[in-house]
Amino acid sequence: MEVLDRFAQGDLEAFETLFRQFQGQVYGWIIRIVRDRGIAEDLTVETFWRIHRAHARFNPEGNFGAWARRIATNAALDHLKTARREVALPEDLAARAQPDPAVHREVHEQIERAFRELPAKLQVAATLVFVEEESYEQIAEALGISVGAVKSRVFRAVRLLRRKLKGLGVEP
Amino acid sequence: MSEANNGKIRELLRKAIPPVADRELKRDLWPQMLRRLAERPTQVAWFDWALVALLTIWFFFSPEAIPILLYHL
Repeated sequence: MEVLDRFAQGDLEAFETLFRQFQGQVYGWIIRIVRDRGIAEDLTVETFWRIHRAHARFNPEGNFGAWARRIATNAALDHLKTARREVALPEDLAARAQPDPAVHREVHEQIERAFRELPAKLQVAATLVFVEEESYEQIAEALGISVGAVKSRVFRAVRLLRRKLKGLGVEP
Repeated sequence: MSEANNGKIRELLRKAIPPVADRELKRDLWPQMLRRLAERPTQVAWFDWALVALLTIWFFFSPEAIPILLYHL
């Protein structure tokens, strides 16, 4: 019997085989989203915990990697929703902002903070598109939505970010 | 929103938030996974909660049913 069939039936050895085969891939995807090694490791375990619980729903003829990536994306999204840093933007940043390309480090930090304040779903889409330069198709598959929906999230993220950056005196 | 505008946002973001350079997992997480599997919490099924809720409502409206139920337990 194939390892995927055995996994779907709840076989722990098959789960271990899949864990060892895919843990690096799942971790590599999660770290793109959360950008922290320790958190990415914890979320990798959390992802496989969810995979283990959902083994009966897995179709052995399906793509385990794609399924795992979608679960990993949801785990990372859940993390971002609960662990969002609620940091107020300073009022005087506009005065300190400097024109691009010699943007001050402090301004970079404020841009990052403004970005982290975006809703988690928008933040993930924008991170994967703009920072990690993943394809729309791959992001859509990982999020379980259409390519059009990914583009819509990116559009809303840019609009919100632009509004926040204007408040900081940074004109993108 | 134009591609040029997106390009500026992309440039700004990549300066503030550089792409993750090292995406490689440095250690085996299986021992951590095994610990997680071992500490599996006992889960109460939804119908158990529904039964508790029904009993609570029943006892609230008919407190005389409590000793009857205790007798049959």
